[in-house]
Amino acid sequence: MNREDFPLISNSDIAYLDNAATSQKPKCVIDAVNDYYNNINANPHRGTYKLSEEATKKLTEARENVRRFINARMSNEIIFTKNATEAFNLIAYSYGLENVNEGDEIVLSIMEHHSNLVPWQMVSSAKNAKLKYLYVDDNYEIFESELSKITDKTKIVAITYVSNVTGVVNDVRKIVKLAHEKGAIVVLDATQAVAHVKIDQQKIDADFVVFSGHKMYAPMGVGVLYGKEKLLENMNPFIYGGDMIEYVYEENATFAALPERFEAGTQNVGAIVGLSKAIDYLEKIGFDNIEKYENELLEYTKQELKKLDFVETYYPSNDNHYGIISFNVKGVHAHDASSILNSYDVCVRSGNHCAQPFLRKLGLESTVRMSISFYNTKEDIDKMVVALKKVNDIFGKYVR
Amino acid sequence: MEELDIYNELVMEHALNSRNKKELEHFDSCELGHNPNCGDEIKIELKLSEDKKRIEEMSFTGHGCAVSQASASIMIDTLRGKTLEEAKEIILIYLKMIRREEITKEEEVKLQDAVAFKNISNMPARVKCALLAWHTLESMIK
Repeated sequence: MNREDFPLISNSDIAYLDNAATSQKPKCVIDAVNDYYNNINANPHRGTYKLSEEATKKLTEARENVRRFINARMSNEIIFTKNATEAFNLIAYSYGLENVNEGDEIVLSIMEHHSNLVPWQMVSSAKNAKLKYLYVDDNYEIFESELSKITDKTKIVAITYVSNVTGVVNDVRKIVKLAHEKGAIVVLDATQAVAHVKIDQQKIDADFVVFSGHKMYAPMGVGVLYGKEKLLENMNPFIYGGDMIEYVYEENATFAALPERFEAGTQNVGAIVGLSKAIDYLEKIGFDNIEKYENELLEYTKQELKKLDFVETYYPSNDNHYGIISFNVKGVHAHDASSILNSYDVCVRSGNHCAQPFLRKLGLESTVRMSISFYNTKEDIDKMVVALKKVNDIFGKYVR
Repeated sequence: MEELDIYNELVMEHALNSRNKKELEHFDSCELGHNPNCGDEIKIELKLSEDKKRIEEMSFTGHGCAVSQASASIMIDTLRGKTLEEAKEIILIYLKMIRREEITKEEEVKLQDAVAFKNISNMPARVKCALLAWHTLESMIK
């Protein structure tokens, strides 16, 4: 549905099935960014002239829109970053290094993307803290008993809402509740969830929530860090420089209040304006409609892939699953499969999906990953299936 | 469908049924090549002649796509029996070809079957696959 809103694919035969990597952008978002640069652009917070005031207003409105979108309590809990990776690094440096000490434990799921994993390795190594992983069962879900790894020693739990490899949805509310009982804080990676399901921060109650704009129909170059006010208030800045200060003397400086303290330098206001428009666009379509359509398309994909006995899939057997299917064509390296799919105008990802520890644990070297959006159609899936048959033909001839 | 040309009989036979994919009983050096983007990993084993001037035998093991597997296998066929100096020269010709630089007819002959990867430069995402084994060997004999 709504494919006509997306200029890049509306009149093209491309089956764009790499939405977990980045989504295409609707015309209204592209127009909003253009309008910003055509009519509004100035450096926010600095000028005393009308344009700068207008740019500041856009930035402020966007922040409030993000707050409302994820139902956070206050807009000063919303920090704009370059991307999700920068947001995780901000938490690791400004919270992790200050609050994790020798002998403490950091618990993370084995399915974390490198961006919510490698920063915690840095903290663990700098502070001599232990990393503990929550492993998955045969259904790619975290074992119930694994949760006992969250103990009084745990300071941080890093968990993704939706796996970017299997599409499995984690029971984040339960994990947050458990972590809070043990006195730990939770860093929630909502990157793969935010375009598919309504995020209600006050219900989930995670301490930090991170997502990027570009996977939810907004431009590249903007990420969001939500942090609880009482935590952010007590954190040191991550990046130092202009716009994040109060007074600067020759030897030292005092820092601005939230949220500017964490937004040093000129922000990507154009992308932030685009993000705000993408939120309006998503809400206009409605998450109920998005979930219904995408789930149906995912179910169709599963049924079609089941008919291909040469395809091996890696997704949960229940409905605890959003938008992503990883698979392999038996005997064919994922890179070859995706390369052949490309020659049929089918765009999918192949490799380890920035989740090397997870793939290693699953005993896989690489997978092909297809990931859907509401603008995909059954025709896109059918094109992929035709191309997969071709993959099998090409390789089948030479297998001895 | 020009991209499918790379999956020709020569490349596929080397990719799926290579006799160079094995471990050597005795070798002088061995090196692991890794492409972190796609997870491809290739181990090259190299056995030199007694005077250490000539490649007597080579083999590869590991996992990767058809392009990386076949380019390793074909490299071994091309360079087996060559002196280290000749091998270095051929590696440079191969790298030039992949970078789309002009190579002479004479140079092309020296590449033997490795010429099969000439058009890989039209597939930027696969260039690294075609280079993995060659870069690995280059660092072993430089």
